[in-house]
Amino acid sequence: MALEEYKGVFTFAQQVDGKLDGIAFELIGKGKELAKDLGVDVSAVLIGHNVEGLADQLAEYGADHVILVDDPELETYRTEPYAQALAGVINEFKPEIVLVGATAIGRDLGPTVSARVKTGLTADCTSLEIGDFPMEAKPGVEQKHGQLLMTRPAFGGNTIATIACPDNRPQMATVRPGVMQKLEPVAGAKADVIKSTVKIEKNARFVEIEEIVKEVASAADIMDAKILVSGGRGVGSEENFKMLQDLADALGGMVSCSRAVVDNGWMAKDYQVGQTGKTVRPNVYFAIGISGAIQHVAGMEESDLIIAINKDDSAPIFDVADYGIVGDLNKIVPALTEAIKAAK
Amino acid sequence: MKIVVCIKQVPDTKGGVKFNPDGTLNRAAMLTIMNPDDKAGLEAALRIKEANDDVEVTVLTMGLPKAEDVLREAMAMGADKGILVTDRVLGGADTWATSTTIAGALRNIDYDLIITGRQAIDGDTAQVGPQIAEHLALPVISYAEEIKVDAAAKTVEVKRQYDDRYHMLKVSMPCLVTALAELNEPRYMTPGGIFDAFDKEITVWGRNDLKDVDDSDLGLKGSPTKIAKASDKVRKGAGEKVALDPKESVDYIMSKLNEKHVI
Repeated sequence: MALEEYKGVFTFAQQVDGKLDGIAFELIGKGKELAKDLGVDVSAVLIGHNVEGLADQLAEYGADHVILVDDPELETYRTEPYAQALAGVINEFKPEIVLVGATAIGRDLGPTVSARVKTGLTADCTSLEIGDFPMEAKPGVEQKHGQLLMTRPAFGGNTIATIACPDNRPQMATVRPGVMQKLEPVAGAKADVIKSTVKIEKNARFVEIEEIVKEVASAADIMDAKILVSGGRGVGSEENFKMLQDLADALGGMVSCSRAVVDNGWMAKDYQVGQTGKTVRPNVYFAIGISGAIQHVAGMEESDLIIAINKDDSAPIFDVADYGIVGDLNKIVPALTEAIKAAK
Repeated sequence: MKIVVCIKQVPDTKGGVKFNPDGTLNRAAMLTIMNPDDKAGLEAALRIKEANDDVEVTVLTMGLPKAEDVLREAMAMGADKGILVTDRVLGGADTWATSTTIAGALRNIDYDLIITGRQAIDGDTAQVGPQIAEHLALPVISYAEEIKVDAAAKTVEVKRQYDDRYHMLKVSMPCLVTALAELNEPRYMTPGGIFDAFDKEITVWGRNDLKDVDDSDLGLKGSPTKIAKASDKVRKGAGEKVALDPKESVDYIMSKLNEKHVI
């Protein structure tokens, strides 16, 4: 089949226990932008069992169509039946772009499906756009238009690379959660549901689930917070984080942290920002006693406003902060909390 | 029982990153280590070997000729055999071409369990393990935090990590498992192990030793993904930096928060 016969942007609508993950909406938001540039529609691919009820939510966040694969074998995520479902949908509908969240599920499903349909996959993208490949016209080299250009950090955040997939379809990417923007939901939108004809077939590659153990989830997710008060090694102790919590409470925000804090056992990994933690983009990010290692910066540099407090004048965090204060956090933070309370 | 552990020699990203003019990595110019997730996978295999009779652990890597070093390190830790897949035509491979190559090498040997690291610290893709499994039509379990083998029943039990939960999964061998660095604390090489490692033979395979693989699926040419641009990361510039006493600092922050309508 000719490449140009592949049409449309498909996004994987990740759900667990019948609840859609935020990444499902983020991918639709980005997908709409790409689809607009290409003059095509966005279809959310919903895979599970008894999940049709989620389709309208996907429409509210902008999906033009919802492609449904419903089967009892899809009740709980397992690589093989989900790969059959997504690869089946790709073979049935021939989309030109397929976006999957770079989650613990998507980073298993994506590679399996891309190998199955024989196309490329770019991992953990932080930026996607439609453009030309090669990006600059070169004599003697065909320049293809309307290509998906996928940008991702590599080598521990030291470099960024932009990748294209010019000769295979679909163009596939896994997308880092928390980076793309969801659209404002349109209440009451109704989904155009298309039922896929894909059938799940049991084979020797199915694994058996013996037990599912849910770990105590934190009440709120730092990726959803509008204001983050983030602490690093410089905060000094677990007890001193109370100071940061007070500031976060006064601002209606949450406390997050750097890897050093997790390594010291002061906070749980759920609250860690950075390359090996979460990527956040709050309205305001306070970096308090955080030196600003490249791996940390990779997870927070997209924040709208970054305010850093650090006693070390040469801390690299000041290179990314909009406002940097060289000073003693133990004195500044409590006084700031009081000032904010007084201002309200 | 035969275990194959796929390992990768990776640039130590702390030492800086160097590129070729075509945008691919200049691996020859960088310091290297055994990829941490792979090392945890190797350690898991060595522990299975210690706990069971008749287990043979083979380490396999694809890379430049100097990747032999990482096989020697693995053998000094206790691996029995080493296979190096190296050929000029394999250079510049993306995850599709890499997994195709490694699958082509694995088709030459017997295995019950293949272990790979979840991801390598240079590419951070986590794609090669599941893609090898796909090419070999094996069941795959990614993100393993624990691996238990029942040699008699020919099954593997794996603790598979997700964002807010884990699954205990059971699968029949042959199968492929990708290991997280959290799996264990890898052992060090022993002086005796280092000595022995240099007596053990390493098998070197090139393009012609790969089974059931098309030329069009190998190397830079066989890679569906192409690098359009690679560069050092451009960061947004530094903003204002001030050194004030605590009270002035608070006033300064308050004025900025007001300006941005945060309060």
